[in-house]
Amino acid sequence: MTFTRRHALKLGALKLGALAAGSVALPYVARAQGTGWSKLRGQTIVVNWPAHPHYAVAKTLLPAFTAATGIKVELDEMQYLRLKDSQVLQMSKPKGDYDVAVYVIMWKTEYVQRKFLTELEPMFQNAELAMPGYDRGDIIKGYYEGLGLVGGPRGYLPGPGAKLYGIPYGAECSVLAYRKDLFAKHNIAVPVTYDDMLKAARIIKDKEPGVGGLAQRAQAGHQVTTGWLNHLTPHDGLVIDDKYLPRVADEAAIKTTQVYKEFIETGPTGGAAFDFGQMLNSFLQGQSAMYCDTISVFGPAADPSKSKISETVGYAVHPKAVKHSGELGGFGMAIPANSANKEAAFAFIQWMTAKAQDVAATAAGGQPMRLSTLDNADVKKRYPVDIYRECLKISNPDWRPIINEWTEISEKVMGVHLSDIITGKAEIKPSLTEAAAKIKAICERAGYYKT
Amino acid sequence: MSHNPAASRFVPYAFAAPAVIIMVFGLLYPVAEAFRLSFYELRLGEQVSPAAFRGLAIFIEALGDSSVRESMYVTLKYAFVVVVLEMAAGVGFALMLERPLFGMNIFRTIFILPMMIAPICVGLIWRYMFDANAGPINAWLSPFGIQPTWLADSTLSFLAICVADIWQFTPFVLIMALAGLQGLDQSSIEAAQIDGATTWQVIRHIKLPLLAPILMITLLMRLIDALRGLEVVYAMTNGGPGLSTELFPLHIYKSAFVTQRMGHSAALSVCLLLVTTLLSLALMWKHNPLKRRGETA
Repeated sequence: MTFTRRHALKLGALKLGALAAGSVALPYVARAQGTGWSKLRGQTIVVNWPAHPHYAVAKTLLPAFTAATGIKVELDEMQYLRLKDSQVLQMSKPKGDYDVAVYVIMWKTEYVQRKFLTELEPMFQNAELAMPGYDRGDIIKGYYEGLGLVGGPRGYLPGPGAKLYGIPYGAECSVLAYRKDLFAKHNIAVPVTYDDMLKAARIIKDKEPGVGGLAQRAQAGHQVTTGWLNHLTPHDGLVIDDKYLPRVADEAAIKTTQVYKEFIETGPTGGAAFDFGQMLNSFLQGQSAMYCDTISVFGPAADPSKSKISETVGYAVHPKAVKHSGELGGFGMAIPANSANKEAAFAFIQWMTAKAQDVAATAAGGQPMRLSTLDNADVKKRYPVDIYRECLKISNPDWRPIINEWTEISEKVMGVHLSDIITGKAEIKPSLTEAAAKIKAICERAGYYKT
Repeated sequence: MSHNPAASRFVPYAFAAPAVIIMVFGLLYPVAEAFRLSFYELRLGEQVSPAAFRGLAIFIEALGDSSVRESMYVTLKYAFVVVVLEMAAGVGFALMLERPLFGMNIFRTIFILPMMIAPICVGLIWRYMFDANAGPINAWLSPFGIQPTWLADSTLSFLAICVADIWQFTPFVLIMALAGLQGLDQSSIEAAQIDGATTWQVIRHIKLPLLAPILMITLLMRLIDALRGLEVVYAMTNGGPGLSTELFPLHIYKSAFVTQRMGHSAALSVCLLLVTTLLSLALMWKHNPLKRRGETA
């Protein structure tokens, strides 16, 4: 068949029609684009992101992104702790397959130190690429700084030398969720302090058959370390100090470990092997009376198809021990330095994290990352926004040390010793002292003690 | 047509050459490369050229690491338990299933199903089975008032990973033993039966000795496989609690992808290769199934 002038005109008319239809259907997103985005139309970007409740919601926005920008998206989705294996391999190559890489906060320093990521500030300064009305000042400050900035004090905190390498998406702080019905039944007050929370856990374990006190993550490796870390800074503890000397065997760490172990003992059956999903499900399925971890509980807890307790969940600020301090973590979206489609990738990151999309994702059960989203009336109906704001105030960007060696310390040192402690195989003090010696050896090998 | 005896001597070598070349590059090159990498302090994603050469220092460091020794101990214990039980169960089932009974083909097919499942799925299946809250095993045990926390206890989690492996690989032993039994010379068995041998005596003195070469091959294959076990334990326990189920391949995996020390990981792989080779040679030295009858050890 030959391609005639008539065919060309027909095809052109169809394309124009489709474009017009898209503009009518998506008036906001069609306008909210950088002036240079039209040249990106037709490009395909590869996005590597986690299998996670927030990203499950985000996935539903992708067709609208493609319709608005003409940029196609190919997803490479995997369990969140496996992202790093794939990303490091891809980003080490001269030309990688990923255009957008979603990292977990604890990898950001290492990625930048190894020159894997593209600095974003120059791209925001490019008028052709920057999205009109994007408003970075509207992004929750703790998330923006904690997930996006690298190179400041201690290498990962905001301050002199810090540069922007990622935009928070699926960012989290910690919150206490509890069963209002069980608390009322046993006359338990909403915990404000760790003593209150321990007391509540003991009462539930004693008086409510088949239900544990606090659901926690505790599987050997990253999970048990994260579960323990959740209680460490409220007890005024730190993993390493400013001189990179380990503090995991000091008084605060020992007290934290005692508390953590008691929560395991008064927790749901088998809790010492829970990963994040099992911990969350234990609470959602009514097997635990409390949950004190990331705010990613908000969406699933309100969804009756995922939660047996959707009508009876109450929220409170992460309780205080010596001080108020909660976690600050989650995911950030970045552009690998070896991406072949950096401009399209930047358009994608801005579009997904823009105000309208943040509201849409949050309303569908995702995690808000903008202040304006918290003011949205629909979001307020769905989320305990006031509690969330309070949790953000106490979130601590230094609740774990995001140094290059953190993964090794977390998984291979603390992840083994803490697991031994909570399963009764090791005593607290000797095991933590051994862990401290191992951390010191790792920091020594990495050159932190060179004068 | 003239015949050149000198040239014809090389013909077999010429025919064998392609296979030998493929063997050298396909099998030996990666092993040699692992040896080479094990002398460098190399991070995942880095090139070898700028990496620091540390020679045997990485091996010395690895052997001095208590977690390496513990992981190796767990692996040897695991391999011993699963291989012994799989051999016993597999041969036992084969002896039961060799008789022509009604519906035996269906039973045989059902028995080999676990072997067809990907190991990572086996890990997920058994993780669910052993779940303390939602798992069917605890549901079955609940009428007796027993609720073990399988994967949260060092001893029970080790038992759990053994059960998963035995469930998956006993069928392999079964198939091998069944094939061996069906190929046995019936005249020896019939002669023993005419002489009044009991069923147990026939098994003990006729069938098992005749099956020995096949069982040795099976034992070797299972041993090597058990020492390489990774996926099931990765999905079920991630090596925990503590290091109680951290098989050596999982330790190597974590070295490569968690600490990202590729040189260290390569050194550990070389250690595992040496252990596997030594154990295999020891078995072959005592009971080499490829040795011709009549030859002494």
